[in-house]
Amino acid sequence: MIKQERMKVVRHKQIADDIFELTLIGQLSLEMKQPGQFVHIRVSDSFEPLLRRPISICSIDPEHMEFTMLYRAGGRGTKLLSLKQPGDEVDILGPLGNGFPVEEANTGETALLVGGGIGVPPLYELSKQLNAKGVRTIHVLGFQSINNVFYEKQFSELGETYIVTADGSYGTKGFVTDLLAQLNPEFDVFYSCGPLPMLKALEQTYPDKKGFLSFEERMGCGLGACYACVCKTTDAVENDYLKVCSDGPVFPRGVVAL
Amino acid sequence: MNRLQVELPGLSLKNPIIPASGCFGFGQEYAKLYDLSKLGAIMIKATTLEIRKGNPTPRVAETSSGMLNAIGLQNPGLAHVMEYELPWLEQYDVPIIANVAGTDTTDYVAVAEKISTAPNVKALELNISCPNVKCGGIQFGTDPKTASELTAAVKAVSKVPVYVKLSPNVTNIVEIAKAVEAGGADGITMINTLIGMRLHPKTGKPIIANGTGGLSGPAVKPVAIRMVYDVSQQVNIPIIGMGGITNAEDVIDFLSAGASAVAVGTANFVDPFVCPNIIDELPQKLDELNCEKISDLVGRSHR
Ligand SMILES: Cc1cc2nc3c(=O)[nH]c(=O)nc-3n(C[C@H](O)[C@H](O)[C@H](O)COP(=O)(O)OP(=O)(O)OC[C@H]3O[C@@H](n4cnc5c(N)ncnc54)[C@H](O)[C@@H]3O)c2cc1C
Ligand SMILES: Cc1cc2nc3c(=O)[nH]c(=O)nc-3n(C[C@H](O)[C@H](O)[C@H](O)COP(=O)(O)O)c2cc1C
Ligand code: FES
Repeated sequence: MIKQERMKVVRHKQIADDIFELTLIGQLSLEMKQPGQFVHIRVSDSFEPLLRRPISICSIDPEHMEFTMLYRAGGRGTKLLSLKQPGDEVDILGPLGNGFPVEEANTGETALLVGGGIGVPPLYELSKQLNAKGVRTIHVLGFQSINNVFYEKQFSELGETYIVTADGSYGTKGFVTDLLAQLNPEFDVFYSCGPLPMLKALEQTYPDKKGFLSFEERMGCGLGACYACVCKTTDAVENDYLKVCSDGPVFPRGVVAL
Repeated sequence: MNRLQVELPGLSLKNPIIPASGCFGFGQEYAKLYDLSKLGAIMIKATTLEIRKGNPTPRVAETSSGMLNAIGLQNPGLAHVMEYELPWLEQYDVPIIANVAGTDTTDYVAVAEKISTAPNVKALELNISCPNVKCGGIQFGTDPKTASELTAAVKAVSKVPVYVKLSPNVTNIVEIAKAVEAGGADGITMINTLIGMRLHPKTGKPIIANGTGGLSGPAVKPVAIRMVYDVSQQVNIPIIGMGGITNAEDVIDFLSAGASAVAVGTANFVDPFVCPNIIDELPQKLDELNCEKISDLVGRSHR
């Protein structure tokens, strides 16, 4: 169920250039089930900045009533968020949207998880849940440069993990698709979150594979009421537009026009 | 006695708090969070004769204490709203105000005639002020003669009272208000959004794909208050005020300026519980003002 709660900061630290790991505690964590869902965060108690920020759920720890997100402190709102200290409260609305369908991978199968930059975080909870049901995971994670790389160790503990950097300062040089071309991995289903060109390249590289992609769009309500966050669909879909916040953010391949 | 009760043409409101059109969809999303029967009324998303796809994205941009939007009146069309959205809302004890939009007079009249027959639609809100569509909308709301004629045409077919939603993007809003009153409007709702633009700091180009968008949120409140203040002294029909309301104090301000009830838009995005929270806060505010019933506050700025 969607809830609004003032959750408490348990841990908050910088883990790469501009990238922060924030763990919050509260009842709302118990509502989180599906990887790829997101929360809508109010970063200030005033109306400056006004709108909430959508951030993906990176990992869920129901036992401790905690959840963790990773975010890039880039603009006004996320920079304010990065100042929160343990013990501070943060106004969270969530969990929102439809995440990655774990049930689309069967026990014994292999899933390819491809993340780009700040699209990497939701793949972590996904990988945890897939591994928990006996699905083998291969992780291909792309970053700008060595200073932006995060969670390599965490992903490596769950499965084969490959790092790609655009400038070649770490791992393989180039884009994730360059590495995939070399690697030519065997898999049954792919899941991805990252920049649009990456999602598009993946759809083209694996025309016959089952796949699920997570999208971003600027939001108002985050609930499905305001029609701010729509994305254009392909001819294969009846609706011309779908809402990223409530129909997505994860869609099966071929639904969103890329 | 219910201290928050407000009586307006067609509308018996248990409190003066109404979610604004376009910020609340058709209620389904917020119904997951609280009981919609708590609200004074609901202004549903603009409805047009045919389905509308709206504008390309990005459709929203944040600004200082506000936001710009150019949704472009995306909605599922009259038939769908009549068949699914309005019947679904019937489970709640709440009057519906149907926001009506169109490209030309024929459109407006067709939507108004049909939608005003729905049992829970107690009033229409004629949207002659949407700044985000090329045809229809704002050009009806910037010329007094056109506004008056459209109001009369819709009045002639509507089974329920007609409120006209005014645009702040005019030189003289009082003139338009008087024109729609002369056209037979039962009430006025105001204000719609102010046309604005935000540029991307890197590219120097507008962030919103449509170029311009409508400004809403706390940033526009002083403009809205001034306009309600001016219009309420010049017309004899009631006003539902809106623009930047986020709490009970803002509501009191609008009533003092001359509005009889209010609508809350953008604030729903910041705090989805803002409407029920305001409703709960109001009695205490009335106590602080030594005011017995909320309607006593209407227009006290110029009495
Ligand atoms: C479903 C979803 C999941 C996301 N998950 C993550 C995540 O796990 N980690 C992370 O770092 N980022 C994530 N993002 C992107 C994140 O929402 C933006 O980076 C953030 O809103 C920017 O806010 P700001 O204060 O830094 O920037 P500002 O420039 O101050 O933002 C201004 C406005 O534009 C919006 N905006 C700007 N960039 C984006 C964007 N890329 N997507 C959507 N809205 C944007 C903001 O929400 C705000 O309303 C996600 C976005 C979506 C839609
Ligand atoms: C995202 C969004 C969509 C809107 N859609 C409509 C609409 O369909 N019809 C309409 O009459 N007004 C629409 N409006 C205007 C609001 O109803 C309201 O008049 C305006 O936003 C000022 O109030 P606020 O500052 O409380 O948001 C919209 C506003 C926003 C922010
Ligand atoms: S953000 Fe309002 S509909 Fe998606």
